[in-house]
Amino acid sequence: MSDKEKKLIYVDNAATTKVSKSVIEAMLPYMETYYGNPSSQLYSLGREAKAALEKARQGVAELLGCDANEIIFTSGGTEADNWAIKGTAYATKGRHIITSKIEHHAILHTLDALIKQGFEVTYLDVYDNGIVRPEDLEKAIREDTILITVMYANNEIGTIQPIKALAEIARKHKIPFFTDAVQAVGKLPINVKELGVDMLSLSGHKIHAPKGIGALYIRKGVRLSNLIEGGGQERGKRSGTENVAGVIALEQALREAVADLTDKDKVGKLRDYLADKLIKIPYSRINGDIKNRLDENLNMSFEFIEGEGLIMLLDMNGICASTGSACSTSSLEPSHVLRALGLPHEICHGSLRISLSADNTFEEMDYIAEKVTWAVNRLRMMSPLYERKLKEERSK
Amino acid sequence: MYSEKVMDHFANPHNVGEIENADGVGEVGNAKCGDIMKIYLKIKDDIIVDVKFKTFGCGAAIATSSMATELIKGKSVNEAVKLTNKAVIEALDGLPAPKIHCSVLAEEAVKAALADYYKKIGRDASDLMVCEGCCGSCDHHHE
Repeated sequence: MSDKEKKLIYVDNAATTKVSKSVIEAMLPYMETYYGNPSSQLYSLGREAKAALEKARQGVAELLGCDANEIIFTSGGTEADNWAIKGTAYATKGRHIITSKIEHHAILHTLDALIKQGFEVTYLDVYDNGIVRPEDLEKAIREDTILITVMYANNEIGTIQPIKALAEIARKHKIPFFTDAVQAVGKLPINVKELGVDMLSLSGHKIHAPKGIGALYIRKGVRLSNLIEGGGQERGKRSGTENVAGVIALEQALREAVADLTDKDKVGKLRDYLADKLIKIPYSRINGDIKNRLDENLNMSFEFIEGEGLIMLLDMNGICASTGSACSTSSLEPSHVLRALGLPHEICHGSLRISLSADNTFEEMDYIAEKVTWAVNRLRMMSPLYERKLKEERSK
Repeated sequence: MYSEKVMDHFANPHNVGEIENADGVGEVGNAKCGDIMKIYLKIKDDIIVDVKFKTFGCGAAIATSSMATELIKGKSVNEAVKLTNKAVIEALDGLPAPKIHCSVLAEEAVKAALADYYKKIGRDASDLMVCEGCCGSCDHHHE
């Protein structure tokens, strides 16, 4: 494949996804034809929009195993995460919150904001496999604990947390339990009642719906103060004119993702096929638990190189992937997730995240394996760390 | 994010490699910060006749190493000593703000290699004392 062919291989689905054709088709009428404001109940255009909105809410609720009035639509995962945390913190007496060390920044930075206001946060360890231990949660609970928030599946390493066990502990202590399920929804079978969570956030653009739509499941009876005030939409809980087309898209995308769960083996096979090839690169490792992770996720470290260069070389070959390297951001600190696994800085710096979708093919995996191997070698040839390693080996 | 010049020097870096029995070798940065630059100099009659580098770091770190070595190649050591990170940035048509430290590291790697050369020939290298830990914009303490 030459550069001129401009083939694009997208393996950064944990960042965002391509909107599927059927989702676009489902939402188009709500921009072109039924564009009314759902609050405009005096004419049919508004009533039609409202009816579609509520039908979609019912659909999302059924797919998640809850009642329609327990689903509130938001602008996305970040808003839902902010709301669940701040809304609980401001509605409850007490000032202690428990979370994990590997949460998304939508959680961690929201908690940082609360810490500035006097709240205290305990961060549960995830050990070297990237998974929280329920007994640690039990120990972390205090008299004044008002919320436990642990993500369902991690965005960088794909590890799946024992949410059911964690939620059970929370329930025993009568502490609200929230899970950021942005990466898990549509990839794992989810029934909020069976899981036993009090709140759960999800995002449309991670499951082939557009950006700008998400939802928060709030179990009936959970106390939450509002984050956004205004015209009183979403039963007064979340103001702002409803993103009707986005909601329609979210419901359609979720329906498709849940239907696809049954033949989901495919993406896991793709991932394992690629992992088997990439692990043959010397001084490489897979980050995070091998079994207890999303089928879509592969996160690897290649010693002696830095991730940004790797991503740039892959981009030159038409591959869109991601890294937890510090140099890809302005912070200079490598991924907090990889650091939480206890990996030394230099190994965190050389990480590669591949996140697949059902659209990917084995042919693409072959191409990715070839290009990653080439790029790692190329960067190692420039690396003084690799030079040192080779000299060490020669002198043995 | 990066200028075409940066992309070009990253994709096709000049002067990558090592020099056996180099007259000056300088290494700066550390793995913790995510950048290490090592520069080798071959010097004849105070002229830099050859220069090679090896860099562990991001795209900008590789591009600045490439450009810094290019800027001092064939120059006298007195000229090379005057290389600034600003000159490297300008030659690359700019760097994004978070990557400025890469150019600082490139300047320091050149100085460290020249200091090594000065020491070898018994010349005073006190003006060339460089930070051996991280670059200036990095928060980490020097080790």
